Amino acid sequence: MKIWVFAEDAAGSPASIALEMLTKARSLGGDVAAFFVGPGSDSIWSALGSHGATTVHHLDPGTALPSAAAAAALADLIGAGDLVLFGLAPTDRDVAGRLSARLGVPVLSNAVDIVVGDSVAAVNEILGGTTLVETAFTGSGPHLVVVRPKSFVAESGEGGTPEVIPVPMPDLGHAGSAVIVERHEEPAQGPKLSEASVIVSGGRGLGSAEKFGMIEELAGLLGAATGATRAIVDSGWVPYAMQVGQTGKIVKPNVYIACGISGAMQHLVGMKDSTTIIAINKDEEAPIFGVADLGIVGDVHKVLPKLIEALKAK
Amino acid sequence: MKIAVCVKQIPDPATPYRLDPETHFVVRPDDQVLDDTDRYGIEVGLQLAEATGGTVVLVSMSPAGNLQGIRQALAMGADKAVVISDPTLRGSGALVTARVLAAAIKREEVDLVVAGTESTDGYAGVVPQQLAELLGMPALTFARKVEHLDGRLRIERQTAAGYDVVEAALPAVVSVTAGAVEPRYPTFKGIMQAKQKTVDQPTAAELGVDSVGAEGSGQKINEVRPAPERAAGRKVVDEGEAHLEIVKLLEQAKVV
Repeated sequence: MKIWVFAEDAAGSPASIALEMLTKARSLGGDVAAFFVGPGSDSIWSALGSHGATTVHHLDPGTALPSAAAAAALADLIGAGDLVLFGLAPTDRDVAGRLSARLGVPVLSNAVDIVVGDSVAAVNEILGGTTLVETAFTGSGPHLVVVRPKSFVAESGEGGTPEVIPVPMPDLGHAGSAVIVERHEEPAQGPKLSEASVIVSGGRGLGSAEKFGMIEELAGLLGAATGATRAIVDSGWVPYAMQVGQTGKIVKPNVYIACGISGAMQHLVGMKDSTTIIAINKDEEAPIFGVADLGIVGDVHKVLPKLIEALKAK
Repeated sequence: MKIAVCVKQIPDPATPYRLDPETHFVVRPDDQVLDDTDRYGIEVGLQLAEATGGTVVLVSMSPAGNLQGIRQALAMGADKAVVISDPTLRGSGALVTARVLAAAIKREEVDLVVAGTESTDGYAGVVPQQLAELLGMPALTFARKVEHLDGRLRIERQTAAGYDVVEAALPAVVSVTAGAVEPRYPTFKGIMQAKQKTVDQPTAAELGVDSVGAEGSGQKINEVRPAPERAAGRKVVDEGEAHLEIVKLLEQAKVV
């Protein structure tokens, strides 16, 4: 069985989820190839190689939205019994979905682990992460799996420079005609959410967008990144880039401080694997307390200013 | 412009979900609700239909229960619905769902298909892309803003770093994120009218889709087990000094 890892360019590096998946793929044994989408560079080939790819198939889509082309190109490359891994990220999901429909094979999504034995199975979490479900493919493949970020730790191995094979852009007519006409970066303040060792997050319990200033102030004092729930992102208080949860970022910091967050399932799955969780919420029954190491039943508007003062005094 | 909006009825997220111990499928009560995140897609569809003098047809696969959630969606202003409510569909995976929806959409001959990015109960999150492939259309995905410009669709597509502006000609599939627009509330008139609107209910077989359900999905649940539990934490009721507990823990974790 050959294992393929989808790798998208992220500002001149392979997306971190791709390196996590390559590390896992390497541990499963066999031949590991990466399918890279983006301009590409020697440092990218070397990162993909050291994490386990012996070959890199390289598609440079230019200004095309790469989803349809990448799916069509992959469909021609992969063999019947192969396993293809994608990350839980926009373009990865686009390609996985299109490839699945193109080949008529299922895709298992949200995997937190992959089990290869007599059959290939993916494990995912349901019911707010309280329950694990192991689902096996019953067909002959290829087997497509979408992996949740931070499920595996990226570690480079002894792999050297991979063989790089250019992949021509297939002409798909109308289906492949979406183009990217502008790219915008929305730089976040302070450390990146996905890399921060401390995260301070706010939710609806803050009461208003202005009160998010308390979250930023506390984060500033702790050298932390700021996060948010989907509820306040949808309300337009903060940008989507700050969203932690199922449809936002999956984070595993050393310390996670949840302020005015009730703990909707959608949020819990994105942060419950943090090493230490501190929660402040006035509702004693809030689900967030089910995962908190320290739960403060109290009003964020009283506790946070005092906490900020106490830390400033240090 | 003729627009199809994909919607889903789900068990009320406010009630705890249960799995059938034998099949491991989510137990679906007769009364289900419209997936809240579908309201954004419906709103996008309605706005584009209003701007172009078009119509909106809802398309839904719903293997159990009544049409309560679909009526909620119709009450927002969609013209009619096609609901494939067929017991053989129980346990279907994402690709079977996409095949069924695509077959229903083909019959409607639409210019645009709108969907959410994932459902709240199953969240496989690949159905819009599968639909696009099956329909031979480009997929403008993860849209946080949607504009129609003279036969072309232009969206702001959410990315890890920010957003891209992406364009394609119609027909196309667009998936919209929660928060893309402000969904309207159904009016009393809308709720009354929804009861009279046409809801077609073909079976999967009538749409020409066979091998459905768990069998046709090429996947099988091996095992359902509890996740390793986190050790129970400590709860402190704030009486004015609880912030000191946080300071202490931050010191232990060597953050301060």
